[in-house]
Parts: sequence; structure tokens; C-alpha cells
Amino acid sequence: MANTIFNIILYAAALGFLIFSLVKDRKKTKLALLKAWRSFENILPLLLGIVLLLGMVLAVLDPELIIKYIGEDSGFMGTAILVVFGAITMIPGFIAFPTAALLLEGGAGYMQIAAFISTLMMVGVLTAPMEIKFFGRKITILRNIMAFAFSFLVAAVIGMVLG
Amino acid sequence: MRSKKVIKKYMLFIIAAILLGVLFIVNIELGKKAVLSVGYGLREVAIVLPPIFILLGLIDVWVSRERMTKFMGEGSGIRGIIIAIIMGSVAAGPLYAAFPIAAMLMKKGAKLSNILIFIGAWSTTKIPMLLFEISALGARFALLRLAISIPGIIIIAYAIYFLIPDKDKADIQKKLQEMGS
Repeated sequence: MANTIFNIILYAAALGFLIFSLVKDRKKTKLALLKAWRSFENILPLLLGIVLLLGMVLAVLDPELIIKYIGEDSGFMGTAILVVFGAITMIPGFIAFPTAALLLEGGAGYMQIAAFISTLMMVGVLTAPMEIKFFGRKITILRNIMAFAFSFLVAAVIGMVLG
Repeated sequence: MRSKKVIKKYMLFIIAAILLGVLFIVNIELGKKAVLSVGYGLREVAIVLPPIFILLGLIDVWVSRERMTKFMGEGSGIRGIIIAIIMGSVAAGPLYAAFPIAAMLMKKGAKLSNILIFIGAWSTTKIPMLLFEISALGARFALLRLAISIPGIIIIAYAIYFLIPDKDKADIQKKLQEMGS
């Protein structure tokens, strides 16, 4: 729902600026669209690969299946499994949050959930090829490792405060 | 030579397609499930990316390097950080949509730390996702996570900024400028 609204805003903004640009300078607008197309085409093959891989990972490592394995006393192992799963994949929020809510109901602690959500959002092993293409290996690896480590800190604090 | 380049460009896609084929042979049900979720991903790509790339094209043409440097470049200070957080927070797309935008910022002269803050904000403090998080996991959880994440994102961004030599930053910027011209 929130996503739909934002998509509409996104389209309205793109269309609005496009018309504004067209009125101001047709030639420049044409160049802008050409550049838009070129950079889109440049990234598309990689993106298609990522989407395919992501789809497969989500099918094989079904969050619901994972919930079955991570019961009440999953402890450290449960957290570890969730964190690794979160780091590899990148699930859209509207799947991730209800899954996390289910995990909570299923007996997982706030700490595990926080680690899961945090790595899920900040760390992307599957999206790394794209990050590398733009920013190079060094930055990509540093960012993902630091975000991974940071997720444990987030988990620890949330575990302490809410657990 | 050209065909070699094309193959390299589609390498990941080819590998993924082969894996999907293998998955179908091993387990048809899982294969079908994978196709469904790939379909979802493709739909998202098709919906989110066109307006983003149009906006990027327009920024490329209309926003001068001087202006970008002034707002988000070296010396943009706190203002640059705040702009980066706001830009990342109002976004709605998946993380992979943030990278081309971040690349455009870098190309136009934004400071690396601000770019990393933007990526961090996009990944964790998105407003539409926050609303979702509150309704699924409760306000206490969501707001606490947000409160820890914002300083964390800024610290990580500056750590990387200081770890990467200036020469590397300039190289990346040059590469991005060649890529999108």
C-alpha cells in the first residue's frame, strides 16, 4: 500500500520533471532520455541475473520453512541461520516484516528478529555484483562487512532493551 | 571481440538461467516456485526502474557538477549528510535501484561519505517501509532500530570514507563518468 503510493509519487515526479524539461529545452530533454536509456541498458543484464538468482534463493530457502526450523529454543544457531539468510537475500519489506512477525509469534526473540531485519536490509550478497560494477570491490566489501557486523550491534541493543 | 563482451555482460544471467534449469530438473515444484518469485522481481524492476532512470537522465543533463558539489560534495558538511538521509528515506524502491542513483551522485561530485549515507538510509530508514515495520513488529521495535541505525549508517559511511584513499575515489568517479556518457 505504502509502496503503491510512493510509486505513484515517483511516476508523477518523473513525468512532471520530464514535461518541465521538455518545455524548457527539447534538445537537452532528448539527451536526458538517451542517457537514461543507455544507463538502463548498461545495468539491465546484471539486474536480470540478480533477479533470477534472488527468485531461486527465495524459492529454495522459503521463509516459512525456516520458521519451522527456528523454534523457541533456537538460540544462537537460530540467530546465525537468520542472519546468514538475511545477508544473502534481499526480500521486499512486505514479505520480510510479516515473516518477522510470524517468527516472533513462533517464539523467536527480539534479538534474532533484529539481526534478521538488519542484515536483510543492509547487507546484500546477491546484489553485490551491481554494487561492485558501480563502486568497485573495495567499497562494496567494506560496506557489506561493516553493515553485517553492525547488525549484531543492533540486535544486541534491541535484545537488551526489548528482550 | 564484440560477442565476447556481450557474453561477459550477460554472464551472471546465463549462469542463473542454467541454475534455474537445473532446479527444474531436480525439483519441478521448486522450479515453479522460483519462476513465480522471479516473475515478481521482474515486475518490480519493470515498475520501479523506468521513472528512476528518467529522473537520473534529467539530473545528468540539468544539474551541474558545481551545484551537486555545493550541496553534497566535500565541504557540504551537515547539510550534505541531511540531504543524503532525506533522499534515501523518502525512497520506495529495492536496494538495487539505489545503486544507479548513488552512482549518479558520485559522478556529479558528491562526497563518498554522503553517498554511503544515502545508500544506508535507502536500505534501512525508508519511510514507507518504516510504517510497515511499525504495524508488523510494533513501534518500539521499529523506532529503536531506526534510532540505532541512523548513527550507525553515518559512522560506517565515514569509516569507509577515511579507509578509501583519495586516488581510489577519483578513479571511481572517473570510471562512472566514462560509463554514463
